Amino acid sequence: MIINHPLLGPRDSQEFTYLGDASLIERPDWQAADAVDQFYDYLYLRDNPAGLHRELWYHEQGDRSWLVVTRNTLTHDITSVELARDVAKAKGRST
Amino acid sequence: MRYSGFQVLKQALSGHKGWGRAWRDPEPQSQYDIVIVGGGGHGLATAYYLARSFAKARVAVIEKGWIGGGNVGRNTTIIRSNYLLDGNEPFYEYSMKLWEGLEQDFNFNAMVSQRGVLNLCHTDAQRDAFRRRANGMRLNGVDAELLDAEGVRKMAPFLNFDSARFPIKGGLLQPRGGTVRHDAVAWGYARGADSRGVDIIQNCEVVGFRIENGICLGVETTRGYIAAAKVGVAVAGSSGAVMAKAGMRLPIESHVLQAFVSEGLKPIIPGVITYGAGHFYVSQSDKGGLVFGGDIDGYNSYAQRGNLPVVEDVCEGGMSLMPMIGRAKLLRMWGGIMDMSMDGSPIIDKTDIGGLYFNGGWCYGGFKATPASGMCFAHLLATDTPHPTATAYRFDRFRKGLMIDEKGMGAQPNLH
Ligand SMILES: Cc1cc2nc3c(=O)[nH]c(=O)nc-3n(C[C@H](O)[C@H](O)[C@H](O)COP(=O)(O)OP(=O)(O)OC[C@H]3O[C@@H](n4cnc5c(N)ncnc54)[C@H](O)[C@@H]3O)c2cc1C
Repeated sequence: MIINHPLLGPRDSQEFTYLGDASLIERPDWQAADAVDQFYDYLYLRDNPAGLHRELWYHEQGDRSWLVVTRNTLTHDITSVELARDVAKAKGRST
Repeated sequence: MRYSGFQVLKQALSGHKGWGRAWRDPEPQSQYDIVIVGGGGHGLATAYYLARSFAKARVAVIEKGWIGGGNVGRNTTIIRSNYLLDGNEPFYEYSMKLWEGLEQDFNFNAMVSQRGVLNLCHTDAQRDAFRRRANGMRLNGVDAELLDAEGVRKMAPFLNFDSARFPIKGGLLQPRGGTVRHDAVAWGYARGADSRGVDIIQNCEVVGFRIENGICLGVETTRGYIAAAKVGVAVAGSSGAVMAKAGMRLPIESHVLQAFVSEGLKPIIPGVITYGAGHFYVSQSDKGGLVFGGDIDGYNSYAQRGNLPVVEDVCEGGMSLMPMIGRAKLLRMWGGIMDMSMDGSPIIDKTDIGGLYFNGGWCYGGFKATPASGMCFAHLLATDTPHPTATAYRFDRFRKGLMIDEKGMGAQPNLH
């Protein structure tokens, strides 16, 4: 698979380390009243869709940026690649 | 018809015209006591034990393709019970015992071959870990032997013993481990279940569940609605997609695992050998092909095919462990979809939806579990209580911090 890095252009997926579903960006607030339930969801449960999947890849053997890759799990086709920090910022996170 | 040596002779003399089909091809009925979704090894074994041990007559197995088309026909056929943790080891040993009596039990030649499983170690720390595992196995009454380098050399003189980077220091041997003809397991259970009245319905996909007031009433399929008092789902790699139709999110990710077979060669590899310094394992089929594999590709996939980086990685592992493998030609390679759970261990449990039961999270090790998984799931479906060897395989273990994490990797499914 070739991942089209927003800053570096097309790179072989072998340069990256895979983490999983992009919802892992949204770490729950540990002080919330229902933090235990939220962390159970966050840590252990997955949508695991057959089809489009937004997922986190780390450019370990490159510029060390985290990317959000949208990929079809049935065909392995990649349709969009964003910097994870842009995605997090768009959600109102500071970093 | 009972299969026997006498039948083989009799049929040979009459031109093999009297064999007949091994199982029927029935139309789905509108209603069953128990519907099993998924005609893989686990679904078929469940139906077989429901009919055989729990005398449940009105059982159907619903399979979207053909039986044996999923992982039961795609795996590398290794069986073993060399686990460390208490939640796992009694279950896998129970499975090993069922394998040992299986062929007589279901009257089918599954080529169960206890040729031994040898895990190699290359460092002192690894040997310590194997010693601990061997002790854990023995405490559970399971056979385990620690070999030194000489002991390994006697079994497999062709390995790369003196590699400067990864010298072979010894190994953990389970003599009762081995291989089983995977397709024959599906066929044997299918034939055994069918002859006891189970309807095996192929080319019928479950597309939804009919759930009212928190109770599952039946399944919607491509061949119409089928009502059932109980529905048991055993769809392996498709667990996430199927259970999503019942509104459930699972502690599971689907990943692809590849396998490889070489051209047929003269007998060289005595049992199953696993490399301890890279991800590579190998055995030799009775036809002579080297059957080998390695790591999962590592990203979510439902594609039933992998990519080249892992092919390279597996071949590197093979070359490093037994350089002569470089002379063999590869005949075939393929992929299957694994239901990778968050702690690397399976789930056999009720769900929060009444009448809906789940069996999955087998990762890349569910073939060896087939008999025990079928028996335990049948036990749960028939009695509504977990089988004594499967009490740890619950959904709520993640919420309660009771993970069965054999590898100590945490909630990172692609590392199990
Ligand atoms: C390459 C590879 C090597 C492996 N090696 C080993 C090994 O050496 N030892 C070992 O112990 N394990 C091994 N495994 C793992 C093992 O094969 C699986 O864990 C096990 O087979 C899964 O259970 P099953 O047989 O029931 O799955 P499957 O055979 O996959 O059965 C699931 C069935 O459900 C059906 N299904 C899915 N969705 C639906 C639907 N909506 N409606 C109806 N039916 C549906 C599928 O078509 C499929 O037939 C390996 C797996 C792979 C891919």
